[in-house]
Formats: sequence, structure tokens, C-alpha cells
Amino acid sequence: MSDITFIRAESVTTEPRLTRGVLIGVTMALIAVLLFAPLIAVFAEALSRGWAAAVASLASPDARSAIRLTLIVAAIAVPLNAVFGIAAAWAITKFDFRGKAFLITLIDLPFSVSPVVAGLALVLLFGVNSSLGAWLVANDLRIVFAFPGIVLATMFVTFPFVARELIPVMIEQGRAEEEAALTLGASGWRTFFTVTLPNIRWALLYGVLLCNARAMGEFGAVAVISGKIRGETTTMPIMIEMLYNEYLSVAAFSLAAVLALLALVTLTLKSLLEWRHADLLAATRRH
Amino acid sequence: MNIEIEELAKEFGTERALHPVSLAIPSGALIALLGPSGSGKTTLLRILGGLEFPTSGRVLFDGADATGLTVQERRAGFVFQHYALFKHMTVFENVAYGLRARKRRERPTDAEITRRVSRLLDLIQLPDIGARYPSQLSGGQRQRVALARALAIEPRMLLLDEPFGALDAKVRKELRQGLREIHDRTGLTTVFVTHDQEEAMELADLVVVMSMGRIEQVGKPAEIRAKPASDFVRDFTAA
Ligand SMILES: Nc1ncnc2c1ncn2[C@@H]1O[C@H](COP(=O)(O)OP(=O)(O)O)[C@@H](O)[C@H]1O
Ligand SMILES: [Mg+2]
Repeated sequence: MSDITFIRAESVTTEPRLTRGVLIGVTMALIAVLLFAPLIAVFAEALSRGWAAAVASLASPDARSAIRLTLIVAAIAVPLNAVFGIAAAWAITKFDFRGKAFLITLIDLPFSVSPVVAGLALVLLFGVNSSLGAWLVANDLRIVFAFPGIVLATMFVTFPFVARELIPVMIEQGRAEEEAALTLGASGWRTFFTVTLPNIRWALLYGVLLCNARAMGEFGAVAVISGKIRGETTTMPIMIEMLYNEYLSVAAFSLAAVLALLALVTLTLKSLLEWRHADLLAATRRH
Repeated sequence: MNIEIEELAKEFGTERALHPVSLAIPSGALIALLGPSGSGKTTLLRILGGLEFPTSGRVLFDGADATGLTVQERRAGFVFQHYALFKHMTVFENVAYGLRARKRRERPTDAEITRRVSRLLDLIQLPDIGARYPSQLSGGQRQRVALARALAIEPRMLLLDEPFGALDAKVRKELRQGLREIHDRTGLTTVFVTHDQEEAMELADLVVVMSMGRIEQVGKPAEIRAKPASDFVRDFTAA
């Protein structure tokens, strides 16, 4: 999206060379200091005792269970939030109803509430001290300090990403194409899958990738609700913190490097998809 | 198919878009809904197409009550104001959309779909653009593709919202002729919306002049010119 605008902006504006050079230089320097340097530091620290030590630390049961848990939580939370995000964006952009403005504010709530507070709220709601929690425990359904709680906390924190990406795109596109499909005899579902979804696929992909990155990286809410039971409810970020606090810096940074790599993979995936479909992307945007 | 509209009214919240209006559209006619912006033309057209439902009143198709029919059941070929072509589909897929959306039993074979789409592209005199995307077409071409897409479902009527609104004067004249020819060939009852009195007078068999949610006059272009029913009609249709 941004590169297309940039190309046009460059050919239209005629900023003096010097201004442009300085701006680009400053941006590059900031990116280097704020983004690349920390990333490189993590990898350097992970490999400070050599490859073998790093790989060995990742092969430990704690590290492996943390990686597995994080991937499984993301694999559940992200698709569910994609579905909820589409539903929320659909409701907000295609229908008029009372309380719409309130719903839009509500969607953003997870962004403004500290994740720790969110985690505490879930503990209060589902913990043994609440009647709901007591009932759950009586029926042997464990949410707090267990896997379902981690999924819930992750979903709460990452809920806005997909909806936030979709709402502006869906507002801009309006309802005309969907209405056209309906007049041509298509059912509501068919219209959704053949018209709505293809029209929002880039925004959806972007939202899902952001959601995924955050889901894998979430610390605060998960730290509270997971109870940090080693090897059982410790996701990668939690495990990294524990290892770091125990002065196991190679293990901590190796795991951190894996987490960073997972984020880089999602980013690369996004660029690759955009590049492969650049012509189609441009065609839909120009219209 | 003839269309009857009985005491049709539409309110959006407190806003009255249509006061109760009645109108009979004879089968096979080419009708213009003419009026200034905000006079309720689009609302009336959308109610006919099943995209909007009236607050009160009835719509009859060939004498049968159609007020409660869903948009899919109406089988109205609808051409939207900005055409609303599916931008991620080729022209071919756009035109084929309505055929592919049919229930399996009624769906033509792929070969039959290809044949019908080419015939429609011939009809709109754009036989070679099937592989293009809407973004690669001119405004006039887009309008004709939208028309072909609407015709593909073998509609019972044709409804067009400002079909020439977004085009420059020269293309507009050509396409007016095109719409007339397609109407005469298919014999479909056709209703189009316009705010351009010249366009309405030149193209339509019957002109419905609207203002502020009311029908001011219905008549042949010559009748409206000769005997305007109100000052508004006289002023609005003054050439
Ligand atoms: N979805 C809607 N919600 C609220 N008001 C509407 C809506 N659609 C149309 N209106 C109102 O109804 C009136 C008639 O609109 P419309 O039928 O679009 O007129 P026209 O097509 O003649 O310009 C206008 O005052 C418009 O503001
Ligand atoms: Mg209108």
C-alpha cells in the first residue's frame, strides 16, 4: 500500500535534494539504531558461546515445550480472532444499528487497557474466588493457570488487529459490489466468499500477520493468567524472562532469537505475497 | 413484464424519501425517472430491485404482489450508478457471475456459460475484452460491461441508476443510442434514473418527473413539454 503512494509522491513533489537526503538519512539512522541494532544484539548474545550451545539450549525440554505452546496458542487464537474481526468489521461497515459508535470504541479497548490488567480481570472472572470459577473447578474445567486461560488472554489482547485493518478498507469499498452480487442472484454467503473476502484479502492478511506477531509475543496478560508453571504454561516470552532471571543468558537469548525469527518469517511472508501479486494488487487499487 | 406501484412510501428514520407514490409501468416500456438530486429516484429504483424495502405500499409484477420478494427472487438486472463491477474479476468473470451463482440444477455448463458471455460481449460491441480487468477499461466500456452483466441473468426487467452520469458528453450520446437498441432488441421493461431532462426526453417512452419524494407528472416527453403539470415541471424540463 505505502510503496505505491511513495512512488507517486516522489514524482509529484519537488523537495530540494538536501532536505530529501537529510530526511532519508535520519530515517535510516533511526531504523538502524532502534530496530536493527537490538535485533543483532539478540542474535550475537544467543551465539556468544557458539552454535552448539545455542542449539543445545533450544533442545532442552523447557525450551521445546515453550515453543510448542506458543505455536499452538497462536494457531488457535489467530484464526478465531480473524473470524471475529471479520464479523465485527462486517457488522460495523455494512449495517446501520444503534450503539455502533460504542462498539467501535469497544473494539479498541484491548489496546488501551494494560495487558496485566486484562490478565488480572480474567483471573478474577475465572479464578476459584468467583462463582463461575468455583463452578468450573467443581466440574474439573481449568481455565486459570492453564492452557484455555492463555488462549483467552492472547485473544483478548490481539482482538483489535484484524478488525482495525478491515474497517477502513470496508468503509472505503462501500456496499455496491455486494449489492450487485445479490441482484445477480448470489446468496449472502456466496457474496461474502466471492466478493467481500477477495476485496479485503490484503487488509485481512496484514491484520492476521500483525495479530500473529503480537499473539506469539504477548507477555503481560499471559504472565498473570498462566501462573508461570515451568514446562506447562510457560510460553516463549515467559520462558525467556525466566531464563534471563536465572542468568541463563545463552538459553534466554537463543529462545529470544527464535521468537524474533518467527516474526521475521511472517514479515517475509507478507512481502513475498505482495510481490507475487503486485500486478493484481495494483489493478484493484487503481480502480 | 408490467410493474405497478401502489401508494409506495419510504422513510429513513424521520426522513421521508418517498411520499406515497403510485405508478403503472407498461410491459416493454423504456421509462425515465427524472428529477433533481434528492428527489427519491434512487430510492424508488432500489425498492423495485429489492435492495430497499418500503415503509408502506405494494409493488406488483404482472399483477402478482412482489413487495416481499427478496432481491434474488426479483431477477432485476440492476446497473449501479458507478457500475459496481467486481474489480478483482475479469470482464468475462463479471458477466458470468450471475450464471455461476445459480443453483446447480439451473446452472449452465461451462461451455454454455462461455457461449452466453461471448454473445453478450458481442451485443455490447466489446467482443475482445473478456480477459481484461475493470481497471483497464474506459468509463463507457465499464458501463456497457455492467449492462452485459445485468443482462446475463436473463432478467425480468432492467433497472439503471444514472447510467450515463459518470461519462463525458460524446460517449453519453453514443451509449444512449446503445441502451435504446438493447432495449428494443430484448423488449425488457426498462427503468432508468437521470437528472438530465434532455436525456430523459430523448430516450424514454414515458417520463416520470419527481421532486422531493413525490411524482409531479407522468407522460410522454411531448406531453410533458406541451402541458407541464406544475411550475416545477415547467422549470425543470425547460430546455
Ligand atoms: N440509506 C439512506 N439513509 C438515510 N437517508 C437516505 C438514504 N437513502 C436516501 N436517503 C434520503 O432520501 C432522499 C432521497 O434520496 P435518493 O433516492 O437517493 O434521491 P435521488 O436518487 O433522486 O438523488 C434524500 O433526502 C436522501 O438523503
Ligand atoms: Mg440517486
